[in-house]
Amino acid sequence: MAKQYETVIGLEVHVELATKTKIFCGCSTEFGGEPNTHTCPVCTGMPGSLPVLNKQVLEYAVAVGLATNCTITQYCKFDRKNYFYPDNPQNYQISQLYLPICRDGKVEIETENGKKFVGIHEIHMEEDAGKLIHDEWEDCSLVDYNRSGVPLIEIVSEPDMRSAEEVIAYLEKLRMTIQYLGASDCKLQEGSMRADVNLSIREVGAKEFGTRTEMKNLNSFKAIARAIEGETERQIDLLESGQKVVQETRRWDDNKGESYAMRSKEDAQDYRYFPDPDLVPIVLDDAFLEEIRKRQPEFREEKMLRYKEEFDIPEYDIEIITGSKHMADIFEATVALGSQPKKVSNWLMVETLRLLKENNMDPEDIRFSPENLAKLIALTDGKAINSSVAKEVFEVMFEQDIDPEKYVEEKGLKTVNDEGALRKTIEEIVAANPQSVEDYHNGKERAIGFLVGQTMKAMKGKADPGLVNQILKELL
Amino acid sequence: MNILDMTAVSLGAAIKNKEVTVLEATEAVLAQIEAKESEYHCYVTVDREGALAAAERIQKKIDAGELTGPLAGVPVAIKDNMCTEGMLTTCSSKILGNFVPTFSSEAVLNLQKAGAVILGKTNMDEFAMGSTTETSAFGVTKNPRNPEHVPGGSSGGSAAAVAAQECFYALGSDTGGSIRQPASYCGVVGLKPTYGTVSRYGLIAYGSSLDQIGPLCKDVTDCATIMEIIATHDPKDSTSVQRDDTDFTGALVDDVKGMKIGIPRDYFGEGLDPEVKEAVLAAAKVLEAKGAIVEEFDLSLVEYAIPTYYTIAAAEASSNLERFDGIKYGYRTEEYEGLHNMYKKSRSEGFGPEVKRRIMLGSFVLSSGYYDAYYLKALRVKALIKKAFDEAFAKYDVILGPVAPTTAPKLGASLSDPIKMYLSDIYTISVNLAGLPGLSIPCGMDSKGLPIGLQMIGDCFNEKKLIRAAFAYEQARGAFGKKEDE
Amino acid sequence: MANIISDETIEYVGILAKLELSDEEKEQAKKDMGSMLDYIDKLSELDTEGVEPMSHVFPVKNVFREDVVTNGDTREQILKNAPGQKDGMFVVPRTFE
Repeated sequence: MAKQYETVIGLEVHVELATKTKIFCGCSTEFGGEPNTHTCPVCTGMPGSLPVLNKQVLEYAVAVGLATNCTITQYCKFDRKNYFYPDNPQNYQISQLYLPICRDGKVEIETENGKKFVGIHEIHMEEDAGKLIHDEWEDCSLVDYNRSGVPLIEIVSEPDMRSAEEVIAYLEKLRMTIQYLGASDCKLQEGSMRADVNLSIREVGAKEFGTRTEMKNLNSFKAIARAIEGETERQIDLLESGQKVVQETRRWDDNKGESYAMRSKEDAQDYRYFPDPDLVPIVLDDAFLEEIRKRQPEFREEKMLRYKEEFDIPEYDIEIITGSKHMADIFEATVALGSQPKKVSNWLMVETLRLLKENNMDPEDIRFSPENLAKLIALTDGKAINSSVAKEVFEVMFEQDIDPEKYVEEKGLKTVNDEGALRKTIEEIVAANPQSVEDYHNGKERAIGFLVGQTMKAMKGKADPGLVNQILKELL
Repeated sequence: MNILDMTAVSLGAAIKNKEVTVLEATEAVLAQIEAKESEYHCYVTVDREGALAAAERIQKKIDAGELTGPLAGVPVAIKDNMCTEGMLTTCSSKILGNFVPTFSSEAVLNLQKAGAVILGKTNMDEFAMGSTTETSAFGVTKNPRNPEHVPGGSSGGSAAAVAAQECFYALGSDTGGSIRQPASYCGVVGLKPTYGTVSRYGLIAYGSSLDQIGPLCKDVTDCATIMEIIATHDPKDSTSVQRDDTDFTGALVDDVKGMKIGIPRDYFGEGLDPEVKEAVLAAAKVLEAKGAIVEEFDLSLVEYAIPTYYTIAAAEASSNLERFDGIKYGYRTEEYEGLHNMYKKSRSEGFGPEVKRRIMLGSFVLSSGYYDAYYLKALRVKALIKKAFDEAFAKYDVILGPVAPTTAPKLGASLSDPIKMYLSDIYTISVNLAGLPGLSIPCGMDSKGLPIGLQMIGDCFNEKKLIRAAFAYEQARGAFGKKEDE
Repeated sequence: MANIISDETIEYVGILAKLELSDEEKEQAKKDMGSMLDYIDKLSELDTEGVEPMSHVFPVKNVFREDVVTNGDTREQILKNAPGQKDGMFVVPRTFE
């Protein structure tokens, strides 16, 4: 192929904010309710209902804007985006076009090719749509407005990315930043973070952008990478065969690995935006911005630097632990309760990561408390339980956040340090296993392992293995 | 005294003094409705049972001393674009022909808290789009002063019900003159308050930035008293204004000495009926005689108000009325093929011609390529109009002029030419654009015996000046509007 | 009449507004919209250079609610007026191709 092409990518990322209530009404944003049980006249577009802005939405949006180096629009407004669709109960979505809350930001990303900035064109606040469920039985669709009015921010990047790798680095960066702010859990699979990919190609060295398409329905990083690859190829094929790329919205089908155009004749794509007369302007003074700025958390980069200074743990551990704000919070809180950082880090890096992986969970889903982790570490430090018991207890704690002290007490899992009782048990084991004793005397070191095992079994795992070894050797 | 002749406040006092029971008043007005409705058709819905039950309930509360307000027990009619829980609310449109709200509008709740007996819902121009009440899907309302004429609109049912004594007072809504103009045509008092004074929660929106609820009633005292009940700050309406000067009855003072009244020359030019002009100027003389300082001035921009208004109102309406789609409530067409066909058929069959006309215009002025030229341009002119009023109110306490260029036209005479119909709002519309309060009070009759309305316009939040001027005028004018045959 | 509204424009606005007009209604709509726009064009006589578009008349600003759940389950009421409902949801013509 003679021509070399470059892929130009911009992203529109929708993030569901972690508010308790919807953006314009007092309905709960909680997941999993029965259909339409989290609705009211406002979020179902009843005649006569009116919206009132949830202040927390504004605060989160400003916090994300500040964290992504945006200029905050100190006089901003909401606009109506008009289009008919059943998931949109008013048939207009309240969004921001003319005066979005944040503009002109940037974030730094790092890939194998080094560091670079991705520009943020704007961030605006808007409401989410309801959910449509297809009823095969009666060949109709059903509408559930529980998600209607859930607050979103849409983060629109500049067309600054050139590869799937950069796109994923950018998304990871956004996710991390927003999670650190507590503004959203940013889960792609569950839809609390959604990315639409705007993609065009051009010959390497060309100054002008090519015609772009917008790709929707990308539910995982893998799907995003595949869609970018697929759309790049499709556009190259079009150009190579002398056709043109049509500016359109396409839906990615990850199972088939292909996309198709979403346009229909009834879709004019003319949203007739105008300022929503039911909502009043938002005027933010410097004091408000300063207040939000003061509340900003320590972000990951700063945290990593501080951990290196403060804690004697491997750099790799630091990277993993700070990779989740929630995990870092648990780490710091547990250390603050007096546990040794290295030990806390070990529990997180080994057992916690193993259980998360086995259960297909994210670090954000960790439920055990720092208090209980600290107690567990104290139990092992004081040799009240041995390490295999500790792992057992941890598994229970991971699932139910039990108090390990109480649990060990109730289940009688404490190591037996009564040497007399232990010696008596070992004497019985030795007497009952003459073959092993003989093997040991014949130089088979392994035989002692069997006898230790038998002893631990008899003690229901509660013996200190060091002490068992010591007594055994004496007796033999 | 005949119960039906009483004003709302005098009836409230009679109920309090146990001269009249709530039930007697309610029964009297229901009997009047029964007698007159076939002729005037003021109501879309009359809730006879509900009203009688409410009357008994309210009487008990009054007797127990729980309800002591000035309008406790007084029967009221509500324009059919305000939601009433459990009671049909249609906006006089087929598309909402079966809609029963599950909540009541804030203004109605305020009235109920004050002990109002809700009689029913009054007829209107469909979705408040019209100036004659002829665009209603449920038949025209006739002017009780002369049933061959329209009552005005869009709150024509409310104005006519007050004039026909089919209620003691009514709520209307005013987007471009929809309270003041029918009040003028029917010879009753109407007030459009400052934007944001009465909550819009539960008012089915036409032009959200212009809509405002207000009273239609028999005199200025009633007007001030009703305003004290419905003017509240409502956290459910973001455009609701927190006011601490809502003691409107305090302004019922017969004294206009030194009050500066401006008469805009631009309101008295071409198109104004000479009889209307004469009556309005005579009213100005009355106020002057009572010590007011009356002066003519040029307001400017009057002829731009209507095109500005229709651009803004149609744009907002096109968006506000998108929610009527046959999915969540209201009319859904019988047969359709697919989603978009269902939308189009339901809406085309559900909306009447005037509503469709404004939706089409509004969609067009907002559409890609026209937004700046039409919509933004109108918002800029609106700013100029507001400025013109600001300058006028730097000099005057009250602006005085006609409500409408003519008295009530004959039935069927206006609809054929929309622009001609729109012109009947020329003196009222700019008040909505500027968010100002405007009051309409009868000031005479033309040679056909049709009432003439005097409009008083105040600066924002200056309802009290209007009430004071109107009250003083009313004292000098004396009783109005008793038809000779009654 | 200065503004001539084409069939295409009426068709297009019909798609935006989800209105289906009969041929007769279309002709009427073309005429009405044309004369309304002629009327609105009067505004171009005014110089509005440098005038800020005014959407809100008053400087009312920053009206917020606190992030507190105030609404419970009112599904029965929300669905009460629906032309079609099933399993606690609104029934609409199928939306998926």
